[in-house]
Amino acid sequence: MSAQFAGYARPDGRVGVRNHLLVVPTVICSSIVAERVAAAVPAVGAALPHLAGCGQLGPDMRLTHETLAAYCAHPNVGAVIVIALGCEQVVAQMLADSARRAGKPVEIVAIQSEGGTVRSTARATEIARRMAADLERTARVPCELSSLILSVKCGGSDYTSGLAANPALGRVADRLVDLGGTAVLGEVAEIMGAEHLLAARATSPETGAKLIQIISRVEAEARALGLDIRGTQPSPGNIRGGLTTIEEKSLGATHKGGEHTPLSDVVPYAGRITRRGLTVMDTPGLDVESVTGMVGGGAQVVVFTTGLGTPTGNPIAPVIKITGNARTAVSMADNLDLDVSGILDDRESLDAAADRLFAEVIEVCSGKPTAAERLGHDEFAIHRRNPTI
Amino acid sequence: MKPAIVISARDNVATALDALEPGRVLEFGAVSITVGEPIPRGHKVALRAIHAGEAILKYGSAIGTATAEISAGSHVHTHNVASDRGRGDRGEAEGVPAPRLAEPPEERT
Repeated sequence: MSAQFAGYARPDGRVGVRNHLLVVPTVICSSIVAERVAAAVPAVGAALPHLAGCGQLGPDMRLTHETLAAYCAHPNVGAVIVIALGCEQVVAQMLADSARRAGKPVEIVAIQSEGGTVRSTARATEIARRMAADLERTARVPCELSSLILSVKCGGSDYTSGLAANPALGRVADRLVDLGGTAVLGEVAEIMGAEHLLAARATSPETGAKLIQIISRVEAEARALGLDIRGTQPSPGNIRGGLTTIEEKSLGATHKGGEHTPLSDVVPYAGRITRRGLTVMDTPGLDVESVTGMVGGGAQVVVFTTGLGTPTGNPIAPVIKITGNARTAVSMADNLDLDVSGILDDRESLDAAADRLFAEVIEVCSGKPTAAERLGHDEFAIHRRNPTI
Repeated sequence: MKPAIVISARDNVATALDALEPGRVLEFGAVSITVGEPIPRGHKVALRAIHAGEAILKYGSAIGTATAEISAGSHVHTHNVASDRGRGDRGEAEGVPAPRLAEPPEERT
């Protein structure tokens, strides 16, 4: 099996699996213009429409800034246009600086100084066409698998997730980390009940303690509200599918981070992933917010296991969907890339399914479009913890 | 296809891979149980009698606590199992295990 894939070598040393022109609005108010500009260059254009950028308190404002800045510097992005309004909290120049530091061409177009929607859209579209022409000429080059950060994710879980798809993905994470690569696992509420397995693989006392601390925080939040998280975790669909408790869901979910990957780091939401091995990111369980954060941290590719089937994608990172549920493989075929249901009825071994998934990851990283990409699923949502003021 | 699967030898439940009807006999090595009530696909069936207050074990780990007496072959789900984590409704502090250590990884440069 090849230990290389065809990717994009970036000036900052990182490696991309896509070559997007990112059109990033600083604020909800410039989101429509950003979407129209990206749509004018459909081969490479990726907009990041979002609901934030103004009226946010300190920590949420920082999170919005940091997440958008992380996308501007992301290796799957070849060039950036920042669409500003002019009076918002998010500073367009900070986003542009993030792209520039990563060696990417970047331009800012501000709606108020340009003179309205029509003029700013026209000006940004002209820039986008020029940047897109340059990006389309960029060639893929052989890249090492060790440069990959794989986001492991599950959503719409049922009993097949913990028995088939997550163990298959875990074997892929093990293999990638053995080759010098990195895996990132989010959704801390879905580690609750399985943290002893991950903490036992922590590479420093600080990292193990950090994992325990963020999970304790989720339980403390439930206590502060006086609530049982059941009903949210597991979700009503999870419970219908046979998952009884969060512990059961977590034990099944944590498989996807690998069986022997060292827990080398715990990072905040959208925080840069810098250590090889397994990183846990502090994200909520909501699929789109979680994927948004892990891609922001630097994951170039996502493998998303699902029992019930879900459409979630991402604007700049391919999201590969796999299911261990034979019925879902048929009923949600549009949204799925790989069927590993043979693991449960002895049509395929776990290792053989992991081999196929590993090969699929390499193909997708080399340019093969995923179901989510073909269907235009480019969901993006920045996590927030406080009300809008 | 197997009708149900036991993941770890420590487990006291099996997971149904197909809907199981009452009266069906399931064999797992030396253990044989008769299904006592309908078990939907993906749901759990008790491998032995489980007392109220006892841990439910799946994947070799505790997934919750029995809230009622459960007989072998019975459906094991939210009606007779409570989660022990994320229980803000109970109000008490919860213990979490102390971390153990593995080998340090290479730093990414």
